[in-house]
Amino acid sequence: MSLALIVLLPFLGSVLPALMIRSGRDACAIATGSINTLALALLLTNLPAVLRGEVVRADWPWMSRLGLDIQFFVDGLGLLFAGMISGIGLLVVLYARFYLSDGDTMGNFYTYLLLFQGAMVGIVLSNNVLLMLIFWELTSLSSFLLIGFWGHTTAGRQGARMALTVTGGGGLALIGGMLLLGHIAGTFELTGILTSGDTIRDSTLYPWALGLILVGCFTKSAQFPFHFWLPHAMAAPTPVSAYLHSATMVKAGIFLMARLWPVLSGTEWWFYIVATTGLVTMLVAAAFALFEDDLKSLLAYSTVSHLGLMTMLLGFSTPMAVVACVLHIINHATFKAALFMNTGIVDHEAGTRDLRKLGGLIHLMPVTATLGMLAAASMGGLPLLSGFLSKEMMLEEASHTVWAGSTWVLPALVTLAAVLSMAYSLRYIAHLYLGKQRDDYPQPPHDPGIGLTLPPCLLVMLVVLIGLFPETFVGTTVRFASAAVLQAPLPEFHLAIWHGWTPAVLMSAIAIVAGLSVLLAFGVIREHWTRLPVPVGKSIFDACIDVLAATSRAVGARLHNGSLQRYLFVLIATTLIMGVWAFLRHEHAPGQRPLMPVNGVVLVAWFLLMGSCFLVIRHHADRLLALIIVNVIGLIASLGFVYLSAPDLALTQISVEVVTLILMLLALYFLPKHSITAVAQAVRVRHGVLSVLGGAAAGGLTWMMMTRDSESISEYYWEHALAGSGGRNVVNVIIVDFRGFDTFGEIMVLGIAALIIYAMLEGMLRGETLTKLASWNSDQRYSPNRHPLVMVVVTRLMLPLALMVSVFIFLRGHNMPGGGFIAALVVAIALIMQYMASGFGWAAKQVRFDYHALIGGGALIAAATGISAMVLDVPFLTSGHDHFHLPLIGEVELSSTIAFDLGVFLTVVGGVMLALAQLSYLGENTAREKMNEEPMDFDPSTRRAQPHSVATAAAADATLSQPETEQAAAGSDATQPPKEL
Amino acid sequence: MEHLIASAVAVMTAAGIYLTLSQGTFTIVMGLTLLTYATNLFLFTMGRLAANQPGIIFDPTAAHADPIPQALVLTAIVISFGMTALLLVMSVRGYFESDGDAVDLLGPEETVARNRQ
Repeated sequence: MSLALIVLLPFLGSVLPALMIRSGRDACAIATGSINTLALALLLTNLPAVLRGEVVRADWPWMSRLGLDIQFFVDGLGLLFAGMISGIGLLVVLYARFYLSDGDTMGNFYTYLLLFQGAMVGIVLSNNVLLMLIFWELTSLSSFLLIGFWGHTTAGRQGARMALTVTGGGGLALIGGMLLLGHIAGTFELTGILTSGDTIRDSTLYPWALGLILVGCFTKSAQFPFHFWLPHAMAAPTPVSAYLHSATMVKAGIFLMARLWPVLSGTEWWFYIVATTGLVTMLVAAAFALFEDDLKSLLAYSTVSHLGLMTMLLGFSTPMAVVACVLHIINHATFKAALFMNTGIVDHEAGTRDLRKLGGLIHLMPVTATLGMLAAASMGGLPLLSGFLSKEMMLEEASHTVWAGSTWVLPALVTLAAVLSMAYSLRYIAHLYLGKQRDDYPQPPHDPGIGLTLPPCLLVMLVVLIGLFPETFVGTTVRFASAAVLQAPLPEFHLAIWHGWTPAVLMSAIAIVAGLSVLLAFGVIREHWTRLPVPVGKSIFDACIDVLAATSRAVGARLHNGSLQRYLFVLIATTLIMGVWAFLRHEHAPGQRPLMPVNGVVLVAWFLLMGSCFLVIRHHADRLLALIIVNVIGLIASLGFVYLSAPDLALTQISVEVVTLILMLLALYFLPKHSITAVAQAVRVRHGVLSVLGGAAAGGLTWMMMTRDSESISEYYWEHALAGSGGRNVVNVIIVDFRGFDTFGEIMVLGIAALIIYAMLEGMLRGETLTKLASWNSDQRYSPNRHPLVMVVVTRLMLPLALMVSVFIFLRGHNMPGGGFIAALVVAIALIMQYMASGFGWAAKQVRFDYHALIGGGALIAAATGISAMVLDVPFLTSGHDHFHLPLIGEVELSSTIAFDLGVFLTVVGGVMLALAQLSYLGENTAREKMNEEPMDFDPSTRRAQPHSVATAAAADATLSQPETEQAAAGSDATQPPKEL
Repeated sequence: MEHLIASAVAVMTAAGIYLTLSQGTFTIVMGLTLLTYATNLFLFTMGRLAANQPGIIFDPTAAHADPIPQALVLTAIVISFGMTALLLVMSVRGYFESDGDAVDLLGPEETVARNRQ
């Protein structure tokens, strides 16, 4: 339990700084520091167990199917790293309190810091590689936030982006590598992977997994050629540099390589890739560090160089090299953090980090200078300090490593790197602190207060003590950490300053002497260096990013060119390809089911269907004609349903057909009546080919399915319809009872669609669209009869009959073909006919209820039916049925689904009427004369035309009295009043 | 009989796809309607064809048509009607907003020039 807390505590505590900042900077820092201390204390409770050699574990299942569980464990290596992270974190919190200026948002800073700490501790303590990947990415993210903390500076932004891109890209490679590793080992649990070393090394996927994992580690630990992001990350505030980019985050790659050392190392691949990369990094970075003028850049390159040293040691694959690496991890963390803090102090006090403007600070800041000089001396590897010990051990290991068959290449290059390392450390000491005191410092430097001095002081104390008495101070730590890395018994060794006259001593001596001479000849060497052509990492990186961005823009512009036809084409083509591929992967021979016979009527209907489809394609430019043909096809479909024993379907199809036709005619009133046919031949051919292929695929699939037998679950419904719901029409029973919830959703969809239609059309009646609408005039010729008498009378007589038929269909739906939908559509058609015959003005006035209320009421009734079942303690929408004896009618079997059907009925009527009525209302706002409110052109009861307009009345009278001579006048007048729908 | 149904689905799908790939919104709606017919027919025939058989229980042991695809297709017909209505209203509004019913994103001058043809 404590393990999960150690990881979670910083995450949970990250909200504290943002809140505590209101109480002042001290309160904020104390809150953050206490989280750190708590995590550290919890960690140390595991110390006794680890010292005994046990491994403490904690497991919780999470996504076991994917292999991702929450598993933590603590062994020597994990304890060392977690201790370093929490301990140095505490010091950084203290340091940052006094470093950040008043303008910086300290609350945010501490929040990001805690997030990072939690993520980093998560990496080192997790026992599941997938979990570790999550934390790995979190460290990249929090590092991005911290580097970009001063987001108002270009350097900050660019540095943060570069760091995120490089480490994020490495993270992607790492994901691939870890998945491969888990696949080879058969588990994603780290302790399990660590036991399957031989399996992994023997596998054919080993080089791939190794390569990908190493890319991830190298990007994180800034190895060559991914090292360029670290100097640019120095745009972060110095506490961040001290914490992340020297002591902890960049060590994550080293940690991972150390963690996976037992399973990945020992092969030629590992040795040559890792050791060589480490060596090259160490050498190149040391050279860069020597010639940097910015203190933080110098330290950054120095960090890269030391990370290369650690990588190289891990690459040697010998146990003592591992011990040396572990010791150097500890040493480097302490002296590098101290050095960064030291640089921060100088920057804070003297106002600059440029070595050309500094020098001779020992006279003005003696305490800081002592600390800085000790830490830098340890960095260079001077004896009696901690850095000397690990460097000695490294030189010792390097001196008897054979590289590509030669015994002297590696020691020589390592010595050269040591020379450069000594040179830049001495440069730090000499050019910063020693020398004459200047008189042109940007700010008068002096020693800072206790807040800024204490953290580096503690670290430097550690450096000195470890250097003088290594076995006492770090002996146990190194031992249990190295044992954890090796996963095997340690060889015997003794940490001491003097091991006798070994080659390492000689190399160290050469390093010290040569380093000193390099420093003394610094000016000359620097002149030669500036004349060398050195590739700048940042410009290469920027160029790569620019190329990538340009490529993606070009691809986007080609694919997304705004043509809906293109998108649809690609969509349909992709679906087709996927479907065909899936189809061909399985057996696709036709089945053996006996086919049904064909009779003459069916054949005729089929011919009609085929002919209509071809006609639609041929005449699709003439939209009215095409619309009629499409409806013919729909009617043939209804006939097909009738023949194939689906009476409910046929009724629904016909009524929906009619309403759709009315709807499309209403829309076509506004839209152009002819399509634009100026399409290129090539495009037409392309579309034609795709359509033919798509049709063949659909037809082929239908054929394959129909010739195979199938098992259906419909027997259940057939058997239980009568008993369970009291209905004989199984389709209707399924719709309103067994699958009532689906129908509930369906009427919701219909209601919502109607409301959207209403909103869209309502929105057209204002603003610019209204002006366009008001000036729109149809391009059709109109009949002089606005409300033909015959049509009005017939539709008026049909209304009560239609309503009666609708009620009949509604009531009989449960036992015979019918039901709520069909009844509703019949009512809707009957009402729309009134609008069509007598005009919107008159018909809208006759409707006394609000269509919105119908939709809402219907939905509520349906819901109430369902909820009333819940009140009676049965599931939602359970029905009940019983026999009733009604007077004059006799025995009736009624089911409660009739109430649900009523809800469906009302919703569908409301929805359809709302859509159609609103669409016809739209036509009233176009450029024409006022909406008339008389239902008929000619009222027979008064024997004269209604004076709704003088022009039309005159035309009507003229037509009646003088048919021949007034035809021409009537013809010209007739174009004026538009036909009302 | 199965040949006829399969070829009917094939031809309706082909016609539907061809119309859907056209330039004017109204033609696209007609194409989608044809696709709807084809798909509904396909779904319906998944229950295997049964001609002249009752969909109503008069005799529980008699052969019958499969009711489940019918119920599903009924829902499909109604919902696609709702969607057709929505698309048509969108095309009407789009016609007024952008002075044309072309579906490709052209600049305003090109749209007007094309619609004047």
